Amino acid sequence: MSSVIAELEEVSKLYGTFAALRKVSASFERGRCYLVLGENGAGKSTMLRTMAGLLRPSYGKVRIFDAEGKAEEPTTERERIGYMSHATMLYDEFSGVENLRYFAGLYRSGKNGGRDCVTPEEALRSVGLDPALERPVGQYSQGMKQRASLARVLISRPELLLLDEPFSNMDIQSAHQMLRLLETFRTEHRTIVLTTHQRELAEPLADFVLTLQAGAVVSLVEGPYGKNGGLNLSAVRSAGKDEAVLRG
Amino acid sequence: MRPAYFLLHLKKDLHLEWRSKDAINSMLFFALLVVVLFSLAFDPTQDASRKIAGGILCVATMFAAVSALNQAWARELRNQVLDALRMTPAPGAAMFLGKAIANFLFVTVVEIVLAPVFVVFYNLHALGNAWLLALVLPLGTWALIVNGVFFAALSIRTRNRELLLPLILFPIFIPALLGMVMSATAILTGEGDPAMWIKFLAGYDVAFTTLCMMLFEVILHAE
Repeated sequence: MSSVIAELEEVSKLYGTFAALRKVSASFERGRCYLVLGENGAGKSTMLRTMAGLLRPSYGKVRIFDAEGKAEEPTTERERIGYMSHATMLYDEFSGVENLRYFAGLYRSGKNGGRDCVTPEEALRSVGLDPALERPVGQYSQGMKQRASLARVLISRPELLLLDEPFSNMDIQSAHQMLRLLETFRTEHRTIVLTTHQRELAEPLADFVLTLQAGAVVSLVEGPYGKNGGLNLSAVRSAGKDEAVLRG
Repeated sequence: MRPAYFLLHLKKDLHLEWRSKDAINSMLFFALLVVVLFSLAFDPTQDASRKIAGGILCVATMFAAVSALNQAWARELRNQVLDALRMTPAPGAAMFLGKAIANFLFVTVVEIVLAPVFVVFYNLHALGNAWLLALVLPLGTWALIVNGVFFAALSIRTRNRELLLPLILFPIFIPALLGMVMSATAILTGEGDPAMWIKFLAGYDVAFTTLCMMLFEVILHAE
C-alpha cells in the first residue's frame, strides 16, 4: 500500500493578480494528522479547497493516490475525500438525519453500487447528535451545526479528511469530543488535514504541523507531541491548556 | 445518468419547497396580480381578449417564473451546500434535471391555479381546440424553466445575478415565447393552425434541454 495519499507539487493559486498559494509542495501520508497553521489570508482554506478538487490550481499539480500508488486528480477522486468547510454545507430547512439521508443516497447511487456508506443515524450518533432530533439544522446551535457538518463528511467513509476550522465557535466539551473522534479516524488509518487558529487545542492530535505564510509553506515539522505521539487529551486537560486557549 | 440520482435531487427539491412554499407563493401572487391588473387596465372585449390573452398569460408566467428561478439555486448557495454536492459522485446533469423538473412542477401548479382566474377575468371561450392548450403551456413552460435553471446556475457567482438572469434568459426565450403566444392565440381565436408552432416548441425544448444538460457539468464546476 502506498504510504502517501495526497501530494501537492509546486501548487500556486491565483485570484486575478493575488496569489493565495505560492509554489506549495507537501505530501501527506496515510493515517497521519496534519495541522495547518497560518494567519488569516495565509492560504489555509485555499489549500484545502484545492486538495478537495473544488479549486483548480493555477500552476502545479495536486495528486491523490490510491492504495496501489496510482495518482489521480482530486476532481476524479472526490468520493474518497471528505471536506468540511466553515459553513455547514447542509440544508437549513432539513433536520440532520434528512440532510444525511440525501447525501448518503448520492454517494450510494454511484457506479458499481456506489460507496459503502455509514448510515445517517450511525454518523450522527458518532458525532454525539441524536438522529431522532427533528429540528431543522438552521435552528441548531453552532456546535451542533459543526457536528452535523462533520457527520456529513463521515457518511462516505472518506480516506482523506480535509477539515477547515472544525473547532470554530465550539465550546470546550464539544471541541474535545470532536478531537477524540478525530483520533479514532487516525487509528482507522485515515488521513486528517485540519486548519485551526486554536493551535494548542489541536496540537496533541497532530503528527505534523504545516505552517503557511502569505500563501507559501514556511515549515513542515513534526508535531510537538511527536510523530505517533497520539492524543492524550487527559494530559492536556490537566495542564489546563485548552481552557486557556479557548478563553484566548 | 442513473435515474436514482435525478430522483434524489427531485425529491429533495420538492420536499424543500413543500416545507417553505417560497417559490409557489411568490409566483402565484405575482402572476395573479399581473393578470388582474391587465384585465382592469384594458378591460378587453371578448374578441380582444382572445387575441391578447395568450400573450398576457405567457408574459405573466414568464415574469412570475423569473422570481422563482432567481432563487432556484439560493438554497444550494447558502451554507455552501453546492460544494458538498460537487464532492459527491452524482453527475451534474442529474442535479440539473431534478431542479428543472421541480421548478417546472411549481410553475405548472401556478398555471393551474391561474387558468380559471384567467377565464373569468378575460371572459374567455376558446374557438379552436382548447385541449391543445394542455400541450402548448407545458411545452412553453419547460422551455422557460430549462433555460432559466441553467442560466440561474450560470449567474450564481455574479454579484448582480437577479438582474443578470432576465437579461440572459429573455433573449434566449424569445423564440419559444413567440411559439407559445402564436399557438395559444391560434387556439383561442380559432384562426390559423397551431400545429406548426407546437412542433417548433417541442423541437426547441429537445434542443435546449440536451444542450443545457451537456453543459451543466462545466457550469457546476466552474470557479
